[in-house]
Amino acid sequence: MSKKVLIIGAGVAGLEASGVLSKLGYNVTIVEESDRIGGKLNRWSHLFPSRRPASEVLEHLQLNLDPNTVIITNSKITDIAVKDTSIEASLNTGKHIDADAVLISTGFELFDAKKKEEYGYQIYENVITSADLEKIFKEGKELTTSKGKAPKRIGIIHCVGSRDEKVGNTYCSKVCCVTGVKQAIEIKEHLSSCEVFNFYMDLRMYDRHFEDLYQEAQVKHHVQFIRGRLSEAFENPDGTVMVKVEDTLLGKPMKMNLDLVVLLVGMTAGNNSLFKKQLRLETGTDKFLVPADEHFKSVSSKQKGVFFAGACTGPKTIENTITEARAAALEIAGYLKN
Amino acid sequence: MPDFGYKISKDRQINFDENSKNLFAEVAMREPSVYRCISCGTCAATCSAAQFTSYSLRKMILLLKRGEDKEVITSVSRCMLCGKCQLACPMGVNTRNLILSIQNAIKKLSHV
Ligand SMILES: Cc1cc2nc3c(=O)[nH]c(=O)nc-3n(C[C@H](O)[C@H](O)[C@H](O)COP(=O)(O)OP(=O)(O)OC[C@H]3O[C@@H](n4cnc5c(N)ncnc54)[C@H](O)[C@@H]3O)c2cc1C
Ligand code: SF4
Ligand code: SF4
Ligand code: SF4
Repeated sequence: MSKKVLIIGAGVAGLEASGVLSKLGYNVTIVEESDRIGGKLNRWSHLFPSRRPASEVLEHLQLNLDPNTVIITNSKITDIAVKDTSIEASLNTGKHIDADAVLISTGFELFDAKKKEEYGYQIYENVITSADLEKIFKEGKELTTSKGKAPKRIGIIHCVGSRDEKVGNTYCSKVCCVTGVKQAIEIKEHLSSCEVFNFYMDLRMYDRHFEDLYQEAQVKHHVQFIRGRLSEAFENPDGTVMVKVEDTLLGKPMKMNLDLVVLLVGMTAGNNSLFKKQLRLETGTDKFLVPADEHFKSVSSKQKGVFFAGACTGPKTIENTITEARAAALEIAGYLKN
Repeated sequence: MPDFGYKISKDRQINFDENSKNLFAEVAMREPSVYRCISCGTCAATCSAAQFTSYSLRKMILLLKRGEDKEVITSVSRCMLCGKCQLACPMGVNTRNLILSIQNAIKKLSHV
């Protein structure tokens, strides 16, 4: 009888790993706590850097799923333990699952922008997050101010909830700079006469094609990049938002009014406390799960039979998540053969 | 005016809303490669004018984009149009023509 793998979390990582494990001949069960598979892919409209529709990537992941894969949605693991060479898990529905290996692919949470109160999210009318903007694009809605007008000037704020000791997240979320540049271009494509400003500390355009997007934003769309972290934001009586930054490349303070502010929210660790406690897993100071070895066991935990893939071990792109999911599937196969 | 023994400091803040961006628009039309600038400072590092004065082409481009025209006008006179910056710029900004365009645009918009 073929061996069984339990996958926790049906985002990009869980789905891709599932497809590969099935091809390798293992029986896969996926437990997903929400009502649908796909994770954050369900929330994004078009992906950086290629601008491919997120739905297309999700379809591809779904096509690769084996028809015999058991997918249990709307379910939470309440207990999980490694017993000798097997894993036993109980769900809140009363169901029990036993498996020979488990893949944790629980992903990440979006930073809650309300915690950065001084930026006025859900206090000021015209402050939204990058995730809200994705929703507007995904639903094909028009981008307007709270009063239903076409915005003439939009500011995109980098590093919201990242690189910020005060909110407890000192790390870089890696995906928000390029998301901000992509969204700046998308805004210009919808509203060509709207001025768009990106307020950044560093532009982290590290991956293939990212720098091209940045140049496209500047040269083709005349997006303006202002190096300086948002310091103050306050709402004017007409609903516009006055922002203050230092233009650090000029060494001068600067103020301007914006019709709409987009906060590039970062990635924070998901709630893995149950797994941490019951499977004795480690988390770092950033609260993400820590693999057994950063170079050679980047998809394994220190616990026998427990593996990781995707953003549960730190911010990463979908491309990197997919690569990791495949690596994890192979690592699991190697483990189960021995 | 009586001398109170102190003076009022000038406001250094860039008031983006009040600054006109006409000069920048005029320059960008004449030399669109200005949009390629990534504010790296390679130009200013090699510039003789920047070595002896507070002039910097990198800064001048930013001042132009922010509408700080007064400072652009004092800056641009420092350039000797030697063209060294153009050899150095990694982004292919046509710096020499950019500076000439700034000078001509200033004349046209009669900021003197
Ligand atoms: C604003 C924004 C835009 C982005 N845009 C892009 C982009 O354009 N291109 C790109 O490459 N990347 C993008 N990313 C990054 C991308 O979202 C991640 O790389 C990807 O979602 C990681 O996939 P994952 O499967 O690890 O996690 P997730 O997508 O978070 O999926 C995790 C899944 O696990 C489930 N889960 C969590 N905990 C449990 C539990 N205890 N039990 C059961 N199920 C659980 C969740 O419900 C979810 O379905 C963006 C990120 C942000 C913040
Ligand atoms: S990717 Fe950019 S916006 Fe996101 S945390 Fe890092 S530096 Fe800040
Ligand atoms: S052309 Fe002007 S800005 Fe360029 S290096 Fe010469 S003096 Fe400096
Ligand atoms: S060298 Fe070129 S890209 Fe760099 S600051 Fe000067 S003009 Fe801009």
